[in-house]
Order: sequence, then structure tokens, then C-alpha cells
Amino acid sequence: MSRHTLSVLVENKSGVLARVSALFSRRAFNIESLAVGPTENPDLSRMTIVVDAESQPLEQITKQLNKLVEVIKIVELDSAAAVQRELLLVKVRAPMADRTQVLQTAELFRARVVDVNTDTVTLEATGTPDKLQALLAVLAPLGIKEMAQSGTVALGRGPRSMSGAGTLRPVDRSA
Amino acid sequence: MTSTTPSGSATREAAEALTGVETTARSVEEAAAEPLTGLTGAQSLVRSLEAVGVEVVFGIPGGAILPAYDPLFDSRVRHVLVRHEQGAGHAAQGYASATGRVGVCIATSGPGATNLVTPLADAYMDSVPIVAITGQVPTAAIGTDAFQEADIRGITMPITKHNFLVTDAREIPQRIAEAFHLASTGRPGPVLVDIPKDVLQATTEFSWPPRLDLPGYKPTTRPHGKQVREAAALIAAARRPVLYVGGGVLKAQATAELAELVELTGAPVVTTLMARGAFPDSHPQNLGMPGMHGNVTAVTALQKADLIVALGARFDDRVTGQLSTFAPNAKVVHADIDPAEIGKNRKADVPIVGDARETIAELVPALRAEHEAGRTPDLASWWAQLDDWRTRYPLGYDWPEDGSLSPQYVIERLGAIAGPDAVYTSGVGQHQMWAAQFIRYEKPGTWLNSGGLGTMGYAVPAAMGAKYGCPDTTVWAIDGDGCFQMTNQELATCAIEGIPIKVALINNGNLGMVRQWQTLFYEGRYSNTKLHPVDAEGRPKPVRIPDFVALAEALGCVGLRCESKDDVDAVIEKAMAIDDAPVVIDFVVGADAQVWPMVAAGASNDDILAARGLRPVFGDGQV
Repeated sequence: MSRHTLSVLVENKSGVLARVSALFSRRAFNIESLAVGPTENPDLSRMTIVVDAESQPLEQITKQLNKLVEVIKIVELDSAAAVQRELLLVKVRAPMADRTQVLQTAELFRARVVDVNTDTVTLEATGTPDKLQALLAVLAPLGIKEMAQSGTVALGRGPRSMSGAGTLRPVDRSA
Repeated sequence: MTSTTPSGSATREAAEALTGVETTARSVEEAAAEPLTGLTGAQSLVRSLEAVGVEVVFGIPGGAILPAYDPLFDSRVRHVLVRHEQGAGHAAQGYASATGRVGVCIATSGPGATNLVTPLADAYMDSVPIVAITGQVPTAAIGTDAFQEADIRGITMPITKHNFLVTDAREIPQRIAEAFHLASTGRPGPVLVDIPKDVLQATTEFSWPPRLDLPGYKPTTRPHGKQVREAAALIAAARRPVLYVGGGVLKAQATAELAELVELTGAPVVTTLMARGAFPDSHPQNLGMPGMHGNVTAVTALQKADLIVALGARFDDRVTGQLSTFAPNAKVVHADIDPAEIGKNRKADVPIVGDARETIAELVPALRAEHEAGRTPDLASWWAQLDDWRTRYPLGYDWPEDGSLSPQYVIERLGAIAGPDAVYTSGVGQHQMWAAQFIRYEKPGTWLNSGGLGTMGYAVPAAMGAKYGCPDTTVWAIDGDGCFQMTNQELATCAIEGIPIKVALINNGNLGMVRQWQTLFYEGRYSNTKLHPVDAEGRPKPVRIPDFVALAEALGCVGLRCESKDDVDAVIEKAMAIDDAPVVIDFVVGADAQVWPMVAAGASNDDILAARGLRPVFGDGQV
């Protein structure tokens, strides 16, 4: 299995997320992460979907996604040619004795402190999934009280865009 | 936005009805010049149905859809009041499949809508263009578990090509036009439009044609020229080619083009369950139906082929058997309008995305060019092999040892007497397979059945829809007694609405196909497959429950019965002579007749049995 990142432009209409997520479950494909948000065009939303699949099933996923009427365009973002980020909020146990270590770790990973009290510190970090995993690994011995992590969002590198001129090549519709 | 025009559509007539629907900004301005104002959403809905060319809708009113029934009362759109919404859905399917137009069914919210689920799923699997219109509870009540509320849009997402919940009455014409466009173009399929009661009651305006706003919907109808040339080169080079023809050829109305291709290639043709009638059974190049109950030659031809040219077919498991051993030496040309079908089950060496009619029409000159360049295949040894199999393993059946009436004989005689101009529908099970095997189909649109979903109960309501659409055609529903007891209430609809269908009830007193599997795979332990009353020893009691002749008459039909071979022709002819009422013939047949040949579920097509315990011997000399 290998990770693939699909960037999917969809119509900004109610029910589209349900259609996409239901398609994955009904066709027995696994979603590793999914993030939905607005785009520069108010009529469109972008879904960034990370799937763990071999290339043949991946082709089947994209073809089935393309059949959804509200799906406009699908691009597979190669990790080398795309910027991929996740957002992590993590609440770490930080009594005074450990606090320095927590703050130094945050600094190393360029995480920001967004909430502090006597017992805990809440950090905000962004980065690739690998970087956030590394941060969590360092924080784990200190005691992670709770965490929330977003799905991956991603954009292709370079001047091209999915919707504008000089567009990124869509995943081929025709076989 | 979209510039999609309904060209190259799968169901051309339906698309032609939509030619008034322009998608350019200009037409919006023109239409906007004189919109009708002060009408209700319900009136807008009915006007939209009229504008899109709907002739008939099949449905049942209820609370949430009630506003629509008031303007429908005065409309030129005819409404056929069915007895169960499932009947409305299958009738819409039968109408669509027999006429090539979009079928329409209508139901109220909640249970009315959920009763449409089975026909929607059926239409989705078999790519039948239907539009379902459902009432919904008022907008403010949505999500509150209101009386007769069901999230039918959510429920039908996986079983419709697309669906809409209309939240503003001004959207109604556009959504109806989009629904018909989606249903009838590309790979056809069901589309549901859910309209809350308050939207139907709201005051709105109506203008036609509306703009279609489907920016993500651009079906590829025109095949890629290079792919077509590659396919032609493979066909010209193949020594054991088979044209594997599926339902897509019928949906695309490509039978004339197909006939030309078949003649040009000289290759054998197999027509799947969904494609019976796409190519005449009487043609010597037609090997018949492949698949689990296909004939030995059709199954084996695919199995031994060096090239399979799939046209509007989807390598369904019932055709391929065990996929890993299917046609191991064949290259595959796969032409389909749905890119997602290509490579889904079997890898395609030459994929072609396009409308079957356009694809075949381009394949013909491409192949002719190959021939003119001197590349003409010699298929003589292939045909010698095929003809040998055909001679040694013809379709056939044995008369039941207990002297009871043979169901295959009944169906064979029905096909011979009603002829190739009649339309035949069937339910699902043994009678369906026999009807696919023993009736000779010569024309497109004459064989309607539930192939993908396998919906028992399809036959009677589908026949009703087909007969409504083709009133001058004889329409026979070939049904089993199990299937018939699921949807026979629509015979009352037929009797009252003047839709004189004919039903050949193949009554073996059992769920026959399940019984056959119990015989073959469960040591004859007949768990819950006997529909007739039995005594403590399991022997049939001398009482008919139900008495199908009496039931038919109670439903306003003519009821006839036949229990012996000698009466078969006469009773069919008697039924053929009745044209002013629906007719049901209760053919009481033996319970132990079986469908053969057979490839057991999950088995390899190499292991086809021509009859029980009879494994064909294939002369493998040159193949």
C-alpha cells in the first residue's frame, strides 16, 4: 500500500461531503484523512483526501469519484511536487518541573503555545504528517492529555493551479 | 458553466425531448423575458414535466406530494395509479426500456419514497433512465422525525446516478430539466428529485427552457480515434475473436451499427442477459448468451478467445465466473461509456471510452481500412471449433420424469407463438434464465429483465410500463409463482387503466432457483422454498394456495390454466386472442426442472456443466 493525496474540486453544495465519503465506504476504499474547505471560488470547495491504496484501486477510486456529478476535477498531488500540511493542537502535561522541556520541544518544532495554565500547556503546530508524528513522539513521555489533528491540506508547487490557466493535469477521466 | 448538450446520448429520444433545454446564457435571457408568474411550485413541477415531454407518470399520491396531484389532474401528462410504489418504479423502468424514453414515477414522502428504493437500485444496476419525484415533509420539519419523513436523498445516494433536494420553488424547472438530462445521457440511470411540501405550495414563477448547471458532468461520448484504430488492428489480427455484447449496445441504440461490425469481422457474437435482442438470435454468428447459465459454446468461446471485444458490457461476475481463470489467453478491447467500468474487473488492453453507437460506427471504417491493407483474419478454424461445440452441446432440456409439464417447453412455445415482435419481461430465477435461453430474440427492446440487481417481482409492473409505452405490441410477463406473489397487485392497475398485458405464470410451487441450489449444493434439504401447502411428509396437498386463476379474476383479469403439454399451444393462442383485458395463464409445471448449463457460483468457466454431471469435452486441437 502507498499513500496518495487527491485534491478534489467539488461544487459547494449541501450533501457533497456525504456523497464523497459514502462512495469511499461503499466501494470498500479506506480514507486516511479528509479535509474540506473553501477555495478562491465561492462556488467550489476543495477536498484533500489521503488514501492508502495501490495504483490500480486508486485509479478505480478516481474514476468513481469523477462520476459524482458535483465533482469538478481531481488531481493527484505527488508529495515531491506539492506542499502538504496538517494542523495539530496538543494539550501536554506541563507542571513547573517539566515546563521548560515542553517549551524547548515546542521551539524545536516551531510550535506555538496557545494556552497555558498551571498544569498544562496547549501547543499549536503545523507541518507534514511526519513532522507532527515526531513532535508527538517527543511529547508523549511528558503526558499528552488530549490532542486534535486536522487532515492534510495540500497545494501543488509552482505557478499552476487546478482551476486557473496553465492548469494541473487532471487524473484522466478516460481510462 | 456547462455547455453540455444532449448529443450522443444513450437514450436519444429522451435527449431529443430535451433539445429545447439550452445551456447558454443567451437562452436564459430569452426565457427570462417572459416567465409565468403567480403559479405554485406544484404547477411549476407539472409544467416542467410537460415541457420535458413526459407522456405518463406512474405513482401514488400521499400527504407531502398532494399539492402536485392537483395540477396533475388537469395536465396532459397521464397518471397511472399503481397499487404499490415499487410497481410505479418498475413500470417506469419497463416503459423506459421498451420505448427508449425516460420513465417517470412519483411517490409521497417517507414510506412512499422508500418503496421506490428497490426499483431505483434496479435501474441503477441496469442503467435504466428513470426520474423519481418524491414529496418531502415541509422544509421546516426536515430533520425532526416528522410524520412520514425519510431522508430519501440520503437513502438513495448510493443507488441513483444523482439526486436533488429542491429547497426553493424557483429551482423546480431547472432541477427537472437536469434530472432528465442526467438520466438520459452518458451512462443512463435513475435520478431522484425530492420536493418538500411547502416548496410545492410556494408561489413562484416558471420559465422554460431553464439553464442546466452541471459543471462536473461531461460524459465522454466520442471515442478516441487512436484507441479505435488500435482496437481495429487487434480485431484484424485475432484468430479467435469474440464480440462480447452487453446492455450498453441497446442503451445506445447501436444495433444497426453492431450488425455492420459483426458482418465485417465475421466474428462470433455473444449477447449477455442484458443484451438479448441486440443482435438477432437467428443470425449464424450469434452464439447466444454467456454466463452462469449461458450455453456451452458462448461460455467456452469467451474462455478460449484470443481477443474479447467488449461493447457496453461490464465483465459481471455472472459472466466471468472465477475472474482469475476467465479467458486467460484473451486480449481485451473494452468499450464503454462509463470510464469506471473499464479495468474495474478485467484489465483492458485497449480501453475505449465512448457511446457504443459512436464507437462501433468508428470501429467499422477503421476495421475496413485494416482489411484494405490486406490484414484480413482467417477465422475458418475458429468457426470449425465453434460449430463443433454448437453441434455437440446445443441448448436443450429433458422432460420431467414425473410426467409433469416442462417449464422450458412452455417458454419455448410462448416464444414461438408470440414471436419476435412481442416484448417479454421476466422476474428473477429459473423462469428468467429459461426465458433468456429458449425465446429467440431478434429485435432490440424485446427482452426486459432485472439483470444486475436480480429483483424478484420485476416482471408484472415492468410489463405494465412497457405495454403503456408500446400499446400496439403484445407484452408478455414471464413470471415465477414466487416473483408473481410479490407484485401481482399491479394487475388491478392494468385491468382498471386498460393496460392489457399477458402473464405466463411458470408455477412450480417453489422458489425454483433456490430449490435448484438446495438440490445441488445442500443435499436436497429444501429449507423454506416450498410455496405450496405440503403435508407432514412434505408432499403437496391437493389444494391451490393461492388459486392463481381465481386470483387473476379477482384482480380483473382473465385467468386461464394449463397443466399438460397438449394444451400449451391452445391456451397461449387463447390468451393472444384476448386484447381487452389482462390475461394470466397459470402454467402448472414440475418442481424439479433445472436450469442448465451451469457454472457454479465462484467456479471457473472452464468447469461449466452442460447438464447435471455432464462436463463437456472440448476438442482443444487448434485452440
